[in-house]
Amino acid sequence: MKALWRWLVATIVLVFSRGRRRPQVPRRERIVPPGGASPRAELVVLALLGAATLCAIAFIAIYALDRLSHQTQLLGLALGLALAFIAAACIVTANRLIVTEELEEDYPPPAHPGQVEALDRLVDESGDRISRKRLLTLGAGAAGAALGAALLVPAVSLGPLLDTAALYRTPWRRGRRLVDETGRPFRADEIEEATFYTAYPEGASREEVGSPLLVIRLDPKLLRLPQGRAGWAPQGILAYSKICTHAGCAINLYRSPLFPAAEPKPAFVCPCHYSTFDPMTGGTVIFGPAGRNLPQLPLLVDSGGHLRAGGVFSGAVGPSWWGVRLHGARS
Amino acid sequence: MIRALFRFVDERTASAPLLRKALRYVFPDHWSFLLGEVALYAFIVLVGTGIYLAFFFDPSTASTHYNGSYVPLQGHEVSQAYRSAVDLSFKVKAGLLLRQTHHWAADVFVAAIVLHMLRIFFTGAFRKPRDLTYFIGLAMLGTALLEGYLGYSLVDDLLSGMGLAIGYSVLMSVPFVGANLASLIWGGPFPGSSSFESRMYIAHVFLLPILIGTLLTVHLALVAVRHHTQFRGRRKTEQKVVGIPAFPGQAPRSLGLAFAVAAVLFLLGGLVQINPVWLWGPFHVGDATNGAQPDWYLGWLIGALRLVPSFDVTIGNYTLVPNPFWGGALFPLAVFGLLFAWPWLERRFTGDQAFHNLLDRPRDAPWRTAVGVAFFTWVFVVFLAGASDRVFIFLGISYGAQIWVYRVAFFVLPPLVLVLTHRICLELQGVEKLKRRRREAEAGPA
Repeated sequence: MKALWRWLVATIVLVFSRGRRRPQVPRRERIVPPGGASPRAELVVLALLGAATLCAIAFIAIYALDRLSHQTQLLGLALGLALAFIAAACIVTANRLIVTEELEEDYPPPAHPGQVEALDRLVDESGDRISRKRLLTLGAGAAGAALGAALLVPAVSLGPLLDTAALYRTPWRRGRRLVDETGRPFRADEIEEATFYTAYPEGASREEVGSPLLVIRLDPKLLRLPQGRAGWAPQGILAYSKICTHAGCAINLYRSPLFPAAEPKPAFVCPCHYSTFDPMTGGTVIFGPAGRNLPQLPLLVDSGGHLRAGGVFSGAVGPSWWGVRLHGARS
Repeated sequence: MIRALFRFVDERTASAPLLRKALRYVFPDHWSFLLGEVALYAFIVLVGTGIYLAFFFDPSTASTHYNGSYVPLQGHEVSQAYRSAVDLSFKVKAGLLLRQTHHWAADVFVAAIVLHMLRIFFTGAFRKPRDLTYFIGLAMLGTALLEGYLGYSLVDDLLSGMGLAIGYSVLMSVPFVGANLASLIWGGPFPGSSSFESRMYIAHVFLLPILIGTLLTVHLALVAVRHHTQFRGRRKTEQKVVGIPAFPGQAPRSLGLAFAVAAVLFLLGGLVQINPVWLWGPFHVGDATNGAQPDWYLGWLIGALRLVPSFDVTIGNYTLVPNPFWGGALFPLAVFGLLFAWPWLERRFTGDQAFHNLLDRPRDAPWRTAVGVAFFTWVFVVFLAGASDRVFIFLGISYGAQIWVYRVAFFVLPPLVLVLTHRICLELQGVEKLKRRRREAEAGPA
């Protein structure tokens, strides 16, 4: 026991003593100016490094444990604190344990006119043997441009650069049934007022801009649809593209007045930039940035009471591009 | 031991003279010079955490059914990308910590770049010979915005899908070629072909980080060859730089800042939730969510898109300028265009072609400061407009009324701020002059 104690004392003395006095060497001019020792700061740095070590070990321990609640938080805390302690140790070192010098240095000269002149002459003289410089430059330029174009051309394979016909196509055509997200067909009599339904084309992809519909029911007497849309809203049931004509987000807000005498009229609102469309007048924009009406889809009620498309949309679906008004939607 | 190391390096690279110079490289000292360093360290954390995430993330839009531990999503049809992002959060140990730290680091990275840019702008550090350094910094800011956007778009949650729909629409709105470019990049109409996800992925984890890394290297090399700028002061002149040497003075300070930045990011990543993709749910074309906000650095673009009134520019049936072009493309182009043009504009208007190693205090260049404050106010108004729906929810102020206020402020506020800032700068100069004169008068008789 006594031997152990002596060993311990010896180790502590060995570790914590500030080393042997170095033999005096002949004095040289120092590069870094001398500064006084500050044992207390050394102790602080040592403590901070110790704390960092403990936190890092804690991180490993927390990582190793299974089924620990708040594991993410504890991991973040352990790692963050370990890093913070090291940061603190660095700052104390910077402020207390090293000499902070103020050095002076010359900025590099603004320019080297002689060298620039020499460079210019170097290039110029190197081309002395070439007599038709302009023609050769032109030739090199042509070859470079053509090669550059040739290397860029394969990028055209990325997608249909010239074929924009697909932008007009939607899965909706006359007779296609409206189904909900589980694939169940919508019946006309289950469409209620003061709410909206999202419908998809039966048997077609839902992950297309032309697929999702907003379906609502309004009092037929309130409708002021544009000319040529008579019969598009059987029983006052209306269908519009769910994709905003501004920036392509899905419209998921439907404002329906509880007290129509005092509250604003029904409207579809896009949650991205709050474009607001009026379903009573054929999807006209009444607020927000959208520059084009919401395309309407004509509806039919078949003999079984199910909702079907009565044709194609009143216009191209989705965000606008240069050709969005050139053709209508196609099936 | 250390001498042996130096000897080894020198005998193989002949770099001892260079190394000695590098260790005694002088750093002028001012707190605002550290903002760029914060961005640098956030970038390092981004690369480190990003590499870890890439080991688990599956950039595929192939459809699958989620059957992991998060009950509300069980049985839902999701993409492999989304499934792997949720698994990375709940199944992979420490995965959520690293994902959230990565996201926080991106937000801090862009914030530090923007603050650094403001410092450079208002102290005139962008002047010759450092205009090239400034341009490269701006290019990095633009790249960082795109990189961040792609980062949160990759996950294929509802928020990323909506962000991509908006990005697609803005590209579609470019006059004459928009639809063609969008079809090219997405590989067809939105939501695009299955290869679009891998295109985003290679851009996010390889092309753009390499680009940022390269620009960063050139940026730092340019800083080093021309040395840092400094504020005017004792012994500090256009010819002499005064400051702390890289070693031993600056090294522990810089290292301390690096660890401090990493500490803050990991604490945020562990303790403060960010982008909980399991709450947003998977993206489907027909779905949207309310109140989902993009990362802060895209707020000015959302605001710009919201402020434009309803119109498309058409000629007959040909749509010349679809609406999202104004806010989504023209506005950011104008902002970056003006920032890029500023050093040239300032040279043009002041006729100052000289070399500058000394910085201006903002008050010393009243016109630059006034134009800068007006310009950033202009951008900030639009940024605030991007939060108008949040303001409606928290404060109940009518959304429509706010939009009209911002539309007016967009035009009215910058000129007001310009005049006001110019006046304040002159007043500050005047106060200083007065104090100096008083000091001289008091010292005079003695």
